[in-house]
Amino acid sequence: MSSVPLSWYLIVAALLFSIGAYGALARRNAIGILMGIELMLNAVNINLVAFWRYIEVTGLAGQLFAVIVITVAAAEAAVALALILAIYRTRDTVNVEEIDLLKW
Amino acid sequence: MTAEQVVFILAAIVTLGSALGMVTTRSVFVGALWMVAVFGGVAALFILLGAGFLGIVQILVYIGAIAVLILFAIMLTPRVMGDPQAPRYNRQWPLVAVMASALASLLVALVLRTDWPVAQEGTPTIAGFAVELGKGFMTTYILPFEVASVLLLVALIGAIVIAREE
Amino acid sequence: MEALDRIFIRIGEAFSAFLAQYLPGPAVTVIGMFLSAIIISTFAALTFMLLTWLERKFVGRMQDRIGPNRVGPFGLLQPIADAIKMFTKELITPAGAHKVVYNLAPILVVAPALMIFAVIPFGRDMVAADLDVGVLYLIALSSATEVAILMAGWASRNKFSLLGAMRAVAQMLSYEVPLVLILLTLVLMAGSMRLADIVAVQGVPFALLQPVAFVIFVVAAAAELNRTPFDIPEAESELVAGYHTEYGGMKFGLFMMAEFIAAFGMAALVTTVFLGGWRPWIVPLPSWLWFLIKTYLVLFVFIWFRGTFPRLRIDQLQAFCWKFLVPVTLVNVIVTGVVVTFFPLVRNGELVVRGVGGWITVTAVYLAVNVLFALVVAWLYRRPTLQAMQQIQVGQPAGRGLSREVQTA
Repeated sequence: MSSVPLSWYLIVAALLFSIGAYGALARRNAIGILMGIELMLNAVNINLVAFWRYIEVTGLAGQLFAVIVITVAAAEAAVALALILAIYRTRDTVNVEEIDLLKW
Repeated sequence: MTAEQVVFILAAIVTLGSALGMVTTRSVFVGALWMVAVFGGVAALFILLGAGFLGIVQILVYIGAIAVLILFAIMLTPRVMGDPQAPRYNRQWPLVAVMASALASLLVALVLRTDWPVAQEGTPTIAGFAVELGKGFMTTYILPFEVASVLLLVALIGAIVIAREE
Repeated sequence: MEALDRIFIRIGEAFSAFLAQYLPGPAVTVIGMFLSAIIISTFAALTFMLLTWLERKFVGRMQDRIGPNRVGPFGLLQPIADAIKMFTKELITPAGAHKVVYNLAPILVVAPALMIFAVIPFGRDMVAADLDVGVLYLIALSSATEVAILMAGWASRNKFSLLGAMRAVAQMLSYEVPLVLILLTLVLMAGSMRLADIVAVQGVPFALLQPVAFVIFVVAAAAELNRTPFDIPEAESELVAGYHTEYGGMKFGLFMMAEFIAAFGMAALVTTVFLGGWRPWIVPLPSWLWFLIKTYLVLFVFIWFRGTFPRLRIDQLQAFCWKFLVPVTLVNVIVTGVVVTFFPLVRNGELVVRGVGGWITVTAVYLAVNVLFALVVAWLYRRPTLQAMQQIQVGQPAGRGLSREVQTA
């Protein structure tokens, strides 16, 4: 058995998730928010792989799920960046506080 | 302290330190570079966990695709990204900081108090894991695989349609 | 013969045995790994020096010049003179540059290039780290380079650097797609992502089984390396020197080093996956010597490209990739998948092709399918189709769009 306990990985993942959440909620810049979300997805992946390694090492589910999360993250980043570029073109800003067209 | 623990602590410091750097730095470009370091640290954690295939996929997709895409988007919007005077946070940031630390302490406390049912058997069979993963995707897990591919296709087309200049 | 073939492995074993007399086991392993890393890096640096000389000499001959001929016999010491020049130059950081990122970029651009060497099988059993996902590892490394290039371009605070970096990365990202798709085809045939396994199944070089893929791979590899005719990112007449405009002295030298080592790595990859790697062709020379001969042959083709073709425009380059290379390689994956189902080379990790007759059959089948495929592609892409394609305006040419963004900055 590995000399690193499972809880260490889970703590790193928890801290990473919290930092990501902070970045996603506190940043003014849309790309900064996207980066925070990517961090949170990474934290989830650490958890999935750690559980796979320590609890169900014979199965595939943990790693398979992580691969799916990576896929979704890639799709999400592509769409989000396309949206940000489109907004930048029409509104000339990527600051989420100034993107308030829907409030009118 | 064993060698594995030392490597783990180094990887964890790189990951968390870079994550802090990412959310606190003023320049979005430098923040994105910190994010690349976070992805590298997470890849190291994966490899340490015996998921070498996933570690390389992490580098390939996160650093090679997502991070490059983000850096590219930052370079394409220089007017807003290049402004060093722009404040990095919105008004609610102190509240968010409090809530994020509360969330972190809650999660850590939960992790420490839970008695995880850790399996006692030995190390995973790393050799040929990619093959097993591929077989899994083609048999038991074919539905999530297909859904993910359709999602990717939709996202691809959607991104092109949205970002396209008229 | 046998002894010469395994000479490097024998030396390594003898050295470990010598160390084991004085040191405990783990220390020997660590020192051994460290030493092999040093040897490989030194080999890479020497390759870099030799390649600069070769390239200048060959291109000189192709342009009816002599090339370097002043320093040493045949100008062979020219690289050393260049190195001394670069090392003694003053190291400058431009005033407006982001200091940390600016100085980190040249290091980060060399590191992935050096790491390529870890998985390349230089000869029979001569591979530093035989990863079971070797192909994936190589692709991951080449995409890690892109981050370093973006760093160099952004940190220089120079519009030529920025434009050059964006062009370079756009080009590398695009040309990675056909490269990965072709590697996928070969992985399908070999049934493994381990480079040593891919070499092991090539009783007949894959270049014969997949000639279309081979040609496309060499072209896309030249583009991935930003080499002429695809050297738009550093087009001297448009962008000064691209993303390393603001770099001087050895920092610039590191960019050049990364470029040449990456070229060697790419040639080594072409050799490994298409030309049978270290497997001897007819003449029984040592395996590592065959590997080097083939790799330098591929490198010569790259240099030949440079001496022959003029530079493309960026919209031509992207159109060529997305409208031609990507569809063709994508269909090739499917076609090869069907062929592999009926005529497998490998089943459950065991080579199933037996004897000369078996290889002749398999080669004939794959070659016939590939040639047929090439004819269909040529028919589909005949002149009217190409003209119709040029009518379709997909947005603006990328180059103009980018420069407008940067000018408004």
